[in-house]
Order: sequence, then C-alpha cells, then structure tokens
Amino acid sequence: MYIKQLSVFVENKDGRLAEITTIIANAGIDIRALSIADTTDFGILRLVVDKPYEAEDILKAAGLTVSLTDVIAIGIPDRPGGFAETITAVANKAVAVEYMYAFISREQDRAYLIMRVADNETAIAALRAQGCDLLDGESVYQL
Amino acid sequence: MRIFKPEVECASRDEMKALQTERLKKMVKNAYENVPFYKQKLDEAGVSPDDIKSIDDITKLPFTVKTDLRDNYPFGLFAVPNSELVRVHASSGTTGKQTVVGYTKNDIDVWSESAARAIVATGGSKDDIVHVSYGYGLFTGGLGLHYGAEYLGATAIPVSTGNTARQLQIFQDFGSTVLCCTPSYAMYLGEYRRDNNIPLESLKLRAGIFGAEPWTDEMRKKIEELLGIEAYDIYGLSEIAGPGVSFDCEAHNGLHINEDYFYPEVIDPETLKPLPDGEIGELVFTCIGKEALPLIRYRTRDLCSITREKCACGRTLVRMSKPVGRSDDMLIIRGVNVFPSQIEHVLLQQGMEPNYLITVDRINNLDTLTVDVEMNLDTFSDTVKALENTKKKLENAMQSTLNVHANIRFVEYGSLPRSEGKAKRVIDNRKK
Repeated sequence: MYIKQLSVFVENKDGRLAEITTIIANAGIDIRALSIADTTDFGILRLVVDKPYEAEDILKAAGLTVSLTDVIAIGIPDRPGGFAETITAVANKAVAVEYMYAFISREQDRAYLIMRVADNETAIAALRAQGCDLLDGESVYQL
Repeated sequence: MRIFKPEVECASRDEMKALQTERLKKMVKNAYENVPFYKQKLDEAGVSPDDIKSIDDITKLPFTVKTDLRDNYPFGLFAVPNSELVRVHASSGTTGKQTVVGYTKNDIDVWSESAARAIVATGGSKDDIVHVSYGYGLFTGGLGLHYGAEYLGATAIPVSTGNTARQLQIFQDFGSTVLCCTPSYAMYLGEYRRDNNIPLESLKLRAGIFGAEPWTDEMRKKIEELLGIEAYDIYGLSEIAGPGVSFDCEAHNGLHINEDYFYPEVIDPETLKPLPDGEIGELVFTCIGKEALPLIRYRTRDLCSITREKCACGRTLVRMSKPVGRSDDMLIIRGVNVFPSQIEHVLLQQGMEPNYLITVDRINNLDTLTVDVEMNLDTFSDTVKALENTKKKLENAMQSTLNVHANIRFVEYGSLPRSEGKAKRVIDNRKK
C-alpha cells in the first residue's frame, strides 16, 4: 500500500531545479506530483512519477543524491471540506506526519494526498479503520 | 644492537655540536662560492661565510623557501657541475612546476645511511629482506629505502607499488621481513591478506616502515594487526633528501632526526624567530651534510615541536613530533589555530565525504568559518528534520575538535574539488 516517492537533494542554486527536471523529461518520465522542502542552504525535491525506479537510476547516473521513499497516497473528495475531513481522521488516530502534499486529478471530484509518516504500518491500519481510500503504487503512477 | 652508528646517534650534545659546526662552516662556504643565488642572499643579509663560527650562528643566515627552488628550476641551486651529479629526483608541485633535487655520490651515501639507520632502528640487520613497495621513479620513496637497505647490507626487493596479489606472493615466496610503503598501501595489503585468507603464519614480516603521508595511531594498530608486524614511522622530504630525514625507534615517542646531516630548527612562522624546544612551530632544515643542493634554513612548512631529551632507546639524536599540519594551511579564526586536516578528520569520523570547502569571512568584525560538505547517500534523508540533525551533530563534532564554531553547509555530491592532487580547499575572504 505504499507508493515510491523520489527524494532528491538539491542545492539552492539558480536553474538547478530546471536542470534536474530536464534530465527526467529527456528520459520520457512523467511527473505525477511534486513538492519541495527548502531551507536556506538546500532543498529536498520530492517527486511522484510514472516510472520511479527508472527515474532513480537516471538521476543517480547524473550524479545526484536520490533515494526512494515509501509514502502513503489517499484519495479524497474534491470539494470544500474534503481535505479537512481526511486530515481530522488522521489527527484523531494520532498518526505522526513528517510532511504531506496534495494535488487534484483529471478525474471529476477527486483529489489526492501524499503523506510521509514515521510509522507506515500503524498509519495504514489507522487510516483504513477511518475508511480512507488508500491507493497502491500502480494506480498512482498511472494517474 | 638496534643502533646503526652509535658514535653519532648517541653522541653527547657537545660532540654533536662540534660535528654540526664543522659541517655548517663547510656547507655555507660551498653554497656561497658555488651557488650565485646564495652568494646574493648572503651578501644582501650582510653575512659572510667567515661569520659562521659555530652552529649557533645559523640564525644569522637567511631562509630558503620552496619558491626559491621553483624560481631556479631546474638546476639553478646546484652547487656542483653535472659531472659530479649522480642522480636527480623531482616532486610534483601545486603550480605544475616540479621541484628538482640533485645528489652527488656522497649525497646518496648520506641519504642511504640515514635510511639504513631507520631500518636498523626497527631491529633490522643485513639478514633482513627489505620489501620496498614505495613507487620507484622521480619520487624519492622507492629508491630511498632501496639504497638504505643495500647500504646496510640487507637484501632489497624493488617490488614498487601495485599488483597486490604479487606483493603477497613475494611476501610468502621470498620471505620479506621488512615492508616499506605508504601507510595506506600497507593497510590495503593487510586487508587483501585477510580477505584472501592468507595466514599470517605464512609470512615472515616482522616490521614495517611507513611514511610519505600522514597517518593516525588507529591506523598503526590496524596495520600491525593485519600484517602481524610492528609499524615504524619515517619522515622525509625530497628537498632535504627523501625518506630518512627522521625515523621512529622502538620507543615510538617522536622521530629521531639525523641531525648530523640535517640540522633542524623550529621557528614561529609569523615572526620567523626560533622557538624553544617543546613549542610547536615550523620545522626548518639546513642540509649540513650535502654537497649538490646545500639548502640553508629551508622552511618545510611542516608544523611540529622538537626535543633534545635523551630517548628511552638510548639515542641522543633530537626528536621531532609527528607534524600536526602545514604552516601555510593554518587558519587563525577568532584567535584559534585551525587546520583543514582537522576538519577532514572530523568529516571522515562522521561518515561524510572527505571533500570539503572552507570559507572564512569577517562579518561585523567577527570571524566566521563555513564548511561546505558534500551530501552522500548514507547521510541523505527525505526529511528536513533528519538533515538538520545531521548538521547539528557535525557542528558539535567540529566545535569539540576545533574549539571554534563552524557552520556546516550541505552541497550536492560531486560539486566540490576532489582529494586527488592538491585541491583548493580554503577561501579566506578576510584577505580581500
């Protein structure tokens, strides 16, 4: 029930993000979702793509520090309150969230939430109990 | 008997000074009369060879620095014609131009005897089989120990570096008893032996003489364990002779300088004044026993202290501490001496890449030290919290080693100069 997220170390330098995303673009890899955590010196680029293992190899070959991280993807209703309801359910179960980001899809009335938690198994059990719509890797990569 | 030439190595201070005085006088005269560079330098300093009446008068003489060798490339500082030279060596320089050194037949003997003393100090004799895995060539390592072994009457095996399997084969088949190489290669040979299940009992090695790069006590213990030997340090620099300028004895308490040939002083690198024994400063050598390249007060840039106390081994030869760094590398940050080698040490200890860039600035009249460190897969995490923790940990380790705060800045892998050669690792913006 995990999906593979690419985590890439990026220095805060002009044009660096463009260079990195061009590398995967040239390999015909499609980005599904993206988020960046930034500090004053560096950033961590987080990507969900259609071919995560291939993307990892390509970025490594380009000399980048990249790892694959197991994250959880949840489908949520795309309407006012959709996110709040889901996150309340998460909070009620005391799931410790390291970071998260959300995106909407091409489908009608549907959005997605990517969540990185400290303890995946506990979190998944808790989210299931709350009736959350957990997605597997393939269905996210092919969105 | 572990002392090759007791009449010199165990001489009284007075005897040693008399010998040094006699040699210094002769050597300064040689330099003045045969090297135009030294004639000009002494004339400018208002010193004549006749002013040198005792070894203590050495402080009247001007210093020589590495750029003097480069400026007179290749043979400009030689005091003898080519017909007297029997060999030259060279070392690669940071600027690309090499420093070239020349030897007469006597110079080779002086150097060989110095290296022989180092071998004997390990308990060596002419019964030993000395396995030389230093590189042979313009680099002084290989031929230095090779000639030392022959001078002693031991058997030299000129294996040179590389082909590790063959090195082990020769250990076994020829019965090598003393190994000479760089400490990192000794470590590699030891690991190879262990990984290939070659039993220690199949080797006759009993001692190793390692130098030409800095090494730690932990490394010494590891090498001793992996090869079943006692490890000895050796020090030298090509400008002065090569390996054998100073050597380790069984007391392992400082390196004995062959001061009858290479007269040492320790000076303050800023004021250039001589420092008392025991204080750390820049090591300076005068080649009182050499003919072809009679360097006067050559500044080595190596920082160490010396002691003239008699050693437990019985030698009276002055001892130098292991060099703690290079004077031209030393940074003074908020009054604290900081060496890039200390920073490298901390990074390796913490599992980081040994590639780094130090930036020193002065902000609001306060010195700041920033160390760029490359991110690697072992350290990387997808969460900011984990990376910030790693950074804190590194900063704490730096603080406790350097006694000054260093800001750590993570940069991408491969973005800093590599450790081969002499990469530029320090940017000091205070000097602008």
